[in-house]
Amino acid sequence: MSAALAAILKRDLKLALRAGGGAGIGVIFFLAVVVIVPFAVGPDLPLLKRIGAAVLWIGALLASLLGLERIFAADHEDGSLDLLFLAPVPLALAAAAKALAHWVATGLPLVVMAPILGLMLGIDARSLVAVTATLVVGTPAVTFIGLLAGALAVTLPRSGLLVAVLVLPLAIPLLIFGVAATDAAVTGEIPFGAPFRLLCAISLFFFVLGPIAAAAALRYARE
Amino acid sequence: MPLSELANPHRFLRLVRVLIPALAMLALVLIGLGLVQGFRAPADYQQGEMVRVMYIHVPSAWIALAAYTLMAIASLGTLVWRHPLADVAAKAAAPIGAAFCLLCLVTGALWGRPMWGAYWVWDPRLTSVLVLFLLYLGVIALWRAIDDPGRAAKAAAILTLVGFINVPIVKFSVEWWSSLHQGASVFRLDGPSIHPSLLQPLLISAAGFVALFFALHLAAMRNEILRRRLRTLGILAAAEAEAR
Repeated sequence: MSAALAAILKRDLKLALRAGGGAGIGVIFFLAVVVIVPFAVGPDLPLLKRIGAAVLWIGALLASLLGLERIFAADHEDGSLDLLFLAPVPLALAAAAKALAHWVATGLPLVVMAPILGLMLGIDARSLVAVTATLVVGTPAVTFIGLLAGALAVTLPRSGLLVAVLVLPLAIPLLIFGVAATDAAVTGEIPFGAPFRLLCAISLFFFVLGPIAAAAALRYARE
Repeated sequence: MPLSELANPHRFLRLVRVLIPALAMLALVLIGLGLVQGFRAPADYQQGEMVRVMYIHVPSAWIALAAYTLMAIASLGTLVWRHPLADVAAKAAAPIGAAFCLLCLVTGALWGRPMWGAYWVWDPRLTSVLVLFLLYLGVIALWRAIDDPGRAAKAAAILTLVGFINVPIVKFSVEWWSSLHQGASVFRLDGPSIHPSLLQPLLISAAGFVALFFALHLAAMRNEILRRRLRTLGILAAAEAEAR
């Protein structure tokens, strides 16, 4: 069973990282979002320092939305989705493996980029660590919510915007506790652990719910 | 009458022909009575005349939550019991629930400006209701994105069920976080904390809103059944024309 999951993971990673996979575009988009903020609010470093963590979270959240609509649609078009149904693993686990591969290809680079972009926004070392930690926990959950949205929109031709509209409301709790944990690390008014653990809990919830709901959506889409 | 008997659309259409006008009349009378009594009720000692917004704001908030709950139950009906009218009920409820949710947000904002000094604050209760509104819009967008009604029904049902986690968050947001919005003051274990002179018009108005919701919902369901019948007839006519 784990061999089949590893094969799915490897295949999706290869597809994402090779030419035409589009894994790097998310990072460029992330960079572009963060770069336009100082133009919008002015190059005021104290202000940027204060809102920097939130800017990184918004940028990472928006960049995480890219390509979610292709998670299952590409497999649906070339027929490999039918093979996933026949695979010797539960469909939910296969979907989870696909989400993990998608996050490693698109989400992980965002997390790696976040501290570098944070330096440009004048964020201090302490909150850089905090915002990176919250992104490590939070961005995979966005991908797993997107897994469901991608499965719901699997047969639709132009579903990028629809997927974004479906994912964003469900991702709001992640944003709230991600930024709250970072603020806690900076101001120290409340301990970092409290909002961070809530963020972890919400992420774990979506790690379970996302693949199960996505598998159900895929099954109903085939009927 | 058990729910299974309504699976026959003919029987359902016959029933709603009587029910819609009756519910609409009931809604008119009750909301009218509730609003008149509401305007005659004494002003609040703190909020003054603005307390009267409550007679619209609170019932529409209840309906917004109840309509989403109804959609979630109907979604279970679609996925588990495969009741043929369940997805019609879920689809018809979405725009109506969204409208009541918007009404709740707008009346709340109009009340908030003189009371809190701002149309909008990013308070847990307000934010979670806004998320509820966004979820309504997402479900509607998904319904409209998939052209085959059967497939759209199943996709929308899954999304509705996942989004249902927001409903208890809206309900308990005033207890879990220190919120600017007042806590529950009608459905409490120790009884309502509103004075009876204000509570009675509120409950009458709420009953009227429930009747209004079901009148609109049944009418929307009827329209959806007729719309689908038209779609099927159109497809059949096209197939016949092609065969000839």
